[in-house]
Amino acid sequence: MSGPISYLASDLPWPPSVEDFYLPAIVHGTYPWITKFTALVWLAVAIIIVFFLLAYRKPKLVPTKAQWLAESVYGFGRNNVAEEVIGHKGLRFAPYLATLLVFILVTNLFSIVPLIQVSPNSHIAFPAMLAVISYVMFNYLGIRQHGFWPYVKMNLFLPGVPWPMYFLLVPIEFFSTFILRPLTLALRLFANMFAGHVILLVFTLGGFVLLQSDSLFIKPISVLSWAMAIALTFFEVLVCALQAYVFALLTASYVTGALAEEH
Amino acid sequence: MLDLAILAAEPKTVHGSLSAIGYGLAAIGPGIGVGIIFAAYIQSTARQPESAGLTRVYMFLGFAVVEALALLGIAFGFVFT
Repeated sequence: MSGPISYLASDLPWPPSVEDFYLPAIVHGTYPWITKFTALVWLAVAIIIVFFLLAYRKPKLVPTKAQWLAESVYGFGRNNVAEEVIGHKGLRFAPYLATLLVFILVTNLFSIVPLIQVSPNSHIAFPAMLAVISYVMFNYLGIRQHGFWPYVKMNLFLPGVPWPMYFLLVPIEFFSTFILRPLTLALRLFANMFAGHVILLVFTLGGFVLLQSDSLFIKPISVLSWAMAIALTFFEVLVCALQAYVFALLTASYVTGALAEEH
Repeated sequence: MLDLAILAAEPKTVHGSLSAIGYGLAAIGPGIGVGIIFAAYIQSTARQPESAGLTRVYMFLGFAVVEALALLGIAFGFVFT
């Protein structure tokens, strides 16, 4: 069924594919190192550092607007993620969790900023690196707290289970704790950003494809397609914020599990 | 008559990837799961409004874990081509 549509739209990059995510280098000859994605990561880091430095340069008792925003963002990471999930001793993880939250939020929000409209997190490498940091951190904390073998035993052998069940449960627990956790942590963020970008591409490019149709009845439907693209952009804002929250929340939850006493 | 013969001789092929159908099937389970999670949260909040803050974290944890299945589906749809 690659009939009239793909023939007419031969000059459009339709349908959207994985190749749309491999953008050329900004400076010629620096292909994997200086692309739009790496530049955006540096930009995100610069935005975050400059914003928090400026907002907190002269802290006042009655906060200015920027100071209020910075305090709210950090307060959310501190109170609603670190303290609520880990408990009072989780406050020492508040800087890491708040950094994670802000960094993922800013890089995600690039996917809806006009003219940028793609998030670095739609490449698996960036979420994978963040997941590796969280994975190494919670395992290190658990091993430091309990020692290596007690920590592994605590995770693999659930108490109060008849012993023949361990033949079934130990591989499942190992797979879910030590393999699936970092994998899903990275994949969740990546797939959300990837799918979000593909959806926006489908509706934006789909509008042009419909506009090129021969039939006068199909042409106006392109307006509907673009309206959907705009509506889904607003939906993307929700997804961006939710994924940043979920990433920090799951990291906090894994840290809680690593620090917990034997249950 | 000749036209009809040419049309009949043309091979009838359907283009596209079967993984799109596979992803549709893979999304059923997580769809039901996410629905149940949010329904349970709304129900618990309606019955006991004070517990809203307490259960919100668990709702998002459960949502994230269930949603991972749908996202594994979308990732593997591109991997197994």
